[in-house]
Amino acid sequence: MINWLLEPFSFTFMRIGLVAAILVSITCAALGSYVVLRRMAFIGDALAHTVLPGLVVAFLNGWNLFGGAIAAGLLTALGIGWVSRRGVVREDTAIGVLFTAMFALGILMMSRMNSFRDLSHILFGNVLGVRLGDLYITAAIAVGVLLTLALLHKELELTSYDPTYAEGIGLRADRLRTLLLILLAFTVVSCIQIVGVVLTSALLVTPAAAAAMLTNRLPRMMLLAAAIAISSSVIGLYASYYANVASGAAIVLACTGSFFLAWVAHMLRTRVVRG
Amino acid sequence: MAFTYSGRHHVHPIANALALELEQLVVNYPGSPEPALDHVSLKLASGLRVALVGANGSGKSTLLKTVAGLLHPQAGTIRIYGHPVGACHHRVTYLPQRGDVDWRFPVSVKQMVLAGRYVHLGWLRRPGPKDQAMVMEVLERLGLSELAERQISQLSGGQQQRALLARALVQEADLLLLDEPLSAVDAPSRAIIAGVLADLRSENRTALVATHHLDRLDDEFDRVISLENGSLQTDRVIEEAGRRLAPARAPRYDQLVTRTI
Repeated sequence: MINWLLEPFSFTFMRIGLVAAILVSITCAALGSYVVLRRMAFIGDALAHTVLPGLVVAFLNGWNLFGGAIAAGLLTALGIGWVSRRGVVREDTAIGVLFTAMFALGILMMSRMNSFRDLSHILFGNVLGVRLGDLYITAAIAVGVLLTLALLHKELELTSYDPTYAEGIGLRADRLRTLLLILLAFTVVSCIQIVGVVLTSALLVTPAAAAAMLTNRLPRMMLLAAAIAISSSVIGLYASYYANVASGAAIVLACTGSFFLAWVAHMLRTRVVRG
Repeated sequence: MAFTYSGRHHVHPIANALALELEQLVVNYPGSPEPALDHVSLKLASGLRVALVGANGSGKSTLLKTVAGLLHPQAGTIRIYGHPVGACHHRVTYLPQRGDVDWRFPVSVKQMVLAGRYVHLGWLRRPGPKDQAMVMEVLERLGLSELAERQISQLSGGQQQRALLARALVQEADLLLLDEPLSAVDAPSRAIIAGVLADLRSENRTALVATHHLDRLDDEFDRVISLENGSLQTDRVIEEAGRRLAPARAPRYDQLVTRTI
């Protein structure tokens, strides 16, 4: 049994993949809690998709993929912030228009290339292809995002549930929201190598949504979401090693499984309370 | 040293300044042809409980939000204890309408009330034991001690209004702008809130309260101002002697008129 558990991690790429998946899980869980509570799930998904042209341009020019993705992600995050301040078009409409356009642009550029195989990793993730250099960037993003969330916890929390009072004491709710979008852009980029562009929002939303059903305190929700995301990542890695299935998809489905468990627990508990 | 949210440092009070002074205030909502506030002028001395009455859309909430700095006037001036809006955020508190708050958010009543201390703490500083003690004291005063650890959605309408009022009190502001604190409030909550307003008066603090509840205005307030279509309609000072003759039935706005300005 112990051999069965340890065997996958005798390979360096599996060890690097595991560490990357854990780091991304923690970051996604903490930020994902805000994404779920502030109903920003659609933006998270959109951000992951709009990163695609940035990745393709960087790939074609031999630049660092992270750099291209982060540039595209930040551009989108600031663009969304700008559009929502203007209030000309409804925000979700603007996101819907922009995100499909950016994604289509990415696919258009991809279709002109010969090597489609590398980019399938971008779309669906390849946690086992993470290089040591990528791991350092992922770690730096995790530290940056978590530190920001910790230092600004009381302000982010207050502007999330009562932006009117927050504005009344001089806080700028719109700026804090833009900050969250910027953190989201970084997180999404580090997430893409684990589960890919298409499935990134699952790692942001599903563990946090599961945790939301189990507690009614924000810090506890973040911790629980992190635990769910980490265990799902580990389960996904084992599944991909032993059953030879796509790692990203396995991780996402493990998250979905946890979500249903949390849902059942929530239903049972409310029934006990009512009964 | 605190890093304040507004980036400004706290200013010293000006002696003998009025609690609130509005001069020819005009506020427009973008895209709306009619101004939400149309040349409103008003002077409030400190230590008064002032009711702001009027139909929906008459401008009550707009007036409070403009004084709180949430809306920017197109014309006119606002002086709060002699200073412009935003010069002393900690001295003014705004109690939002219940619908402005996301009650499903996972915070406890205690944490929500603790947010009243944030304006004094500023960025990066966490609430200390003194802040916690102040919160517990105010929760006690408003009859919420036993609900302190509850998630905020688990409160009744009246308890939620009391929690919002508790947060405003914890801020220790001198001018309290309360937007519909009596909506969805049961009788016990209303009595508690009225008691708090009376205490504020004895502490020489000023409360400007938007309300739809016209019964017992004479008992609970010192002055009643009514708005209609963004203009000041009536302004009535309630004399102490009048209190004993509180009307038996709830009067309508137009019956409240004694002095038109």
